[in-house]
Amino acid sequence: MPDLNLVQAINLALRRAMADDPTVLVLGEDVGINGGVFRATDGLWKLYGDSRVLDTPLAEAGITGVSIGLAAQGFRPVLEIQFSGFAYACIDQILNHASRLRKRTMGRLTCPMVLRSPTGGGIHAIEHHSESPEAMFAHIPGLKVVIPSSPQGAYGLLLAAIRDPDPIIFLEPTRLYRSAKDEVADDGASIPLGRCIVLRTGRDVTLVSWGGMVKDTLEAANRLATDHRIDAEVIDVATLKPLDSATVIDSVKRTGRLVVVHEAPLTCGFGAEIAARVAHQALTSLLAPIERVTGCDTMMPYPRLEHLYMPQAERIAEAVRRTVAYS
Amino acid sequence: MDSPYRVLGPDGRAIGALPTFAKDVDELTKLYRAMVLTRTFDTKAIALQRTGRLGTYASSLGQEAVSVGVAAAMQLSDVLLPSFREHGAQLWRGVTLEELLLYWGGDERGNAFTGPREDFPNCVPVGSHAPHAVGVALAFRLRNEARAAVCIFGDGATSKGDVAEALNLAGVWKAPVVFVVNNNRWAISIPVAKQTAAPTLAQKAFAAGIPGSQVDGNDVIAVRATLERALERARAGAGPSMIEALTYRLSDHTTADDASRYRSDEDVSKHWAEEPILRLRSYLFALRAWDKEREEALLLSCGQDVERAAAAYLDSELQPAAAMFEHTYAELPTDLVEQQTGAVSYLRGL
Repeated sequence: MPDLNLVQAINLALRRAMADDPTVLVLGEDVGINGGVFRATDGLWKLYGDSRVLDTPLAEAGITGVSIGLAAQGFRPVLEIQFSGFAYACIDQILNHASRLRKRTMGRLTCPMVLRSPTGGGIHAIEHHSESPEAMFAHIPGLKVVIPSSPQGAYGLLLAAIRDPDPIIFLEPTRLYRSAKDEVADDGASIPLGRCIVLRTGRDVTLVSWGGMVKDTLEAANRLATDHRIDAEVIDVATLKPLDSATVIDSVKRTGRLVVVHEAPLTCGFGAEIAARVAHQALTSLLAPIERVTGCDTMMPYPRLEHLYMPQAERIAEAVRRTVAYS
Repeated sequence: MDSPYRVLGPDGRAIGALPTFAKDVDELTKLYRAMVLTRTFDTKAIALQRTGRLGTYASSLGQEAVSVGVAAAMQLSDVLLPSFREHGAQLWRGVTLEELLLYWGGDERGNAFTGPREDFPNCVPVGSHAPHAVGVALAFRLRNEARAAVCIFGDGATSKGDVAEALNLAGVWKAPVVFVVNNNRWAISIPVAKQTAAPTLAQKAFAAGIPGSQVDGNDVIAVRATLERALERARAGAGPSMIEALTYRLSDHTTADDASRYRSDEDVSKHWAEEPILRLRSYLFALRAWDKEREEALLLSCGQDVERAAAAYLDSELQPAAAMFEHTYAELPTDLVEQQTGAVSYLRGL
């Protein structure tokens, strides 16, 4: 099996999905001859041409709407939005139409589309290029929100997303695009949506994270094991919506402690939803207050300060030590 | 731009060459019936709303020729993406009176159309359906199908980015779509003069490289003929176009609106002289293809159809609470099933 980075794994999944299903289309700005600004669609246009790989005009809301029309007609459009800061222009189309087309027509029309977009900071990009909007999308009924944290995960989850009958926001952690490397099996196997992935089992504390923060969370867990003999369980949420709360709650019932890590701002971040569900269903198992290690309620800083904004392994480890020391 | 295309003058006299279909009296009476049915429905819908038995309703009074003319030009295999005021087009295409009443009465079953299964439901966020029409049209092109999408929106929608983006996208892709601007001169209280500095709305197509033209929207013959040409062009692969149909909103914006706050009765009554049903009736009378007896019989039959549909709507049972959850996803996720079960058992306990 070849070692692939995350962007190559995305490319491989797109190739597989397009080969398997002639209704799968790729569209977006620069996705054709240029292969996407991150090269996620590299080579697809050469393989399939203009009829299945569509370079679009620069119109994020419009091409989201076009994808809805295509999906209602039985295609499975995979739309690339170059950066998640530009996906805000798509929210009206996503919220008012994509997410509710099935409901509004009682299943007469459906919207099996995937909106792919890079997410998060850590690549020293210009402003508006490092946003983490997952909670906004997760708030919308009728949508599914998926964020992989590894190349193999990206491959399997993207295949599942493309095959899913409902609209999906698929957020790809930008800083893992080239930094994460995995052996990726191109076996066409999807990873089921709506299930958390337990990456490390542990007895003392449950760490929950997703996307680009999973790596730092695992690093924190490893440091805690070595330096402090704290045995942390690490859960990658993978699908924020629908949330597999059972896996998180079962874990917290065993460990009694929960630390949620995300890059997005604290207030109304998706960590709040996880904390609320745990507080509701595992309150009596909790031995310490739930900790959230997150970005700040500020604008995502310009890149010179982004490393201070984004949770780092040490900040995560400190929160874990605090929760373990609580009595 | 040429002056708006028109076949019948406001007094119902032919002032231009008749298109082929209009030489067939049966075709004209079909259009006439459809407009009268639309208005009968409209009157009933307002009466139901005023008596607390229908939700807020957007009247199509005075605009029947746009709706019916557009739909009459379409093939059933084309796809309609309407705004929320095109009851006439929906009825022509096979949405039932009862479905319309269910929708406006606040019941999702009104959008489950048993007739035109691929047609989109009403678009409420103004103009946001324009890019969907490009997507539908692109699907036809990609599958090499000789079909077209028709997207109807109002004058206000032409100020929106969605419409500008859709026009541009349609132009680039030569998508088989026809955009219809139902220019009823008012976007709630905003007249067209406050909407745009452009002398016409049709010309907004030109910037996207697609043809735009105006038609007298109170002349159902002209509307149908214009749309037929635009649709043939689209289906033949020659690309999109935009038609601005000039009509007038004789009613309030919706039953929640009071138009007397922003326009005078004199303004409105001027436009009654140009309304589309009277115009075609005058023409048919002059041809001796219509008379008082036929008119009375038609009104009676439309009234009976509408009353039957209203009775069925008023008799329809509410959906159960569980229906709120159904169709949110193809398969309800576990946490939503829990919410559904919780809601159902809570409500049962009340």
